[in-house]
Amino acid sequence: MLLVVTALAIARVRNLFAVVALGGIYSFLMALALLVLDAVDVSMTEASVGAGISTVLLLGALYLTRVDEAMPLRFSVAPLIVALVAGAALLYGSWDLPPFGDPAGPIHHHVAPRYLNQVMAETGVPNVVTAVLASYRGFDTLGETTVIFTGGIGVLLLLKGRRRRRGSGGAAP
Amino acid sequence: MMHRETIPRVVTKLLFPFILLFALYVQFHGELGAGGGFQAGVIAAAAVILYGIIFGLSAAHRIAPPWLVEMLVPLGVLIYAGVGVVGLLLGGNYLDYFVLDPDPVHGQERGIFWVEIGVLVTVSSTMIAIYYAFAGRGR
Repeated sequence: MLLVVTALAIARVRNLFAVVALGGIYSFLMALALLVLDAVDVSMTEASVGAGISTVLLLGALYLTRVDEAMPLRFSVAPLIVALVAGAALLYGSWDLPPFGDPAGPIHHHVAPRYLNQVMAETGVPNVVTAVLASYRGFDTLGETTVIFTGGIGVLLLLKGRRRRRGSGGAAP
Repeated sequence: MMHRETIPRVVTKLLFPFILLFALYVQFHGELGAGGGFQAGVIAAAAVILYGIIFGLSAAHRIAPPWLVEMLVPLGVLIYAGVGVVGLLLGGNYLDYFVLDPDPVHGQERGIFWVEIGVLVTVSSTMIAIYYAFAGRGR
């Protein structure tokens, strides 16, 4: 409910400073929702990355640009249609999911029982999330780390390359 | 940025070691409680970014030099991938932790420990490097 209100406010407010603050609020609400769902690790990540680092980076970007959002030149209907179709497709897909918390759902019968039952004997790590992330799904996490690395150097190349070119050109911004 | 306000400066100086300590706690306690390398990396980066916001970019550059940060970004991935290579050299599969120690369970713990260190290094240095790049453009 609060999530919906915050999302609507983000869409309505034209002051980008307020939008960034509302985005932080949205992330904290999301973290609370994840906490209620007992996903403590994900909740922590959402709070620190979504509400913390992203807010700081967005504020840093705001510092470089104007604070007020520019009005769109003309009202275009295509993005609305794309959003509606994507939302409808997601809703349609969610109809086939098993009910929330259903113990007979497929995800609880594939590898999850082995993870939960064998984790102490096989890895000696009490936090199953850590064991799954770092050991059972080690390749996935290696891939994620590589993605962070690639994204990081990509952003750095974009931000720094521009500045160096401007500096060598000698033109003041 | 905020060079004259006393309260934020004092509070930041007070909080800074505790934020880093909490990052280390999340890192090394991740096997028992919530958290792990990713979360700890973000918290550690947040400490440096807070320091940079309050005391200015050059002060942050003094405690975490940009060349060091940029070197740490690939180093974390190399640590992670290196754990896999060590597993290979010791006769197991890639990223097989059981061979890292005579006792397989200890091998798992050791493997997870080093892998999480790799994640911590890459995540925190990437966040700090992006912040440096953003903050450095304003001048």
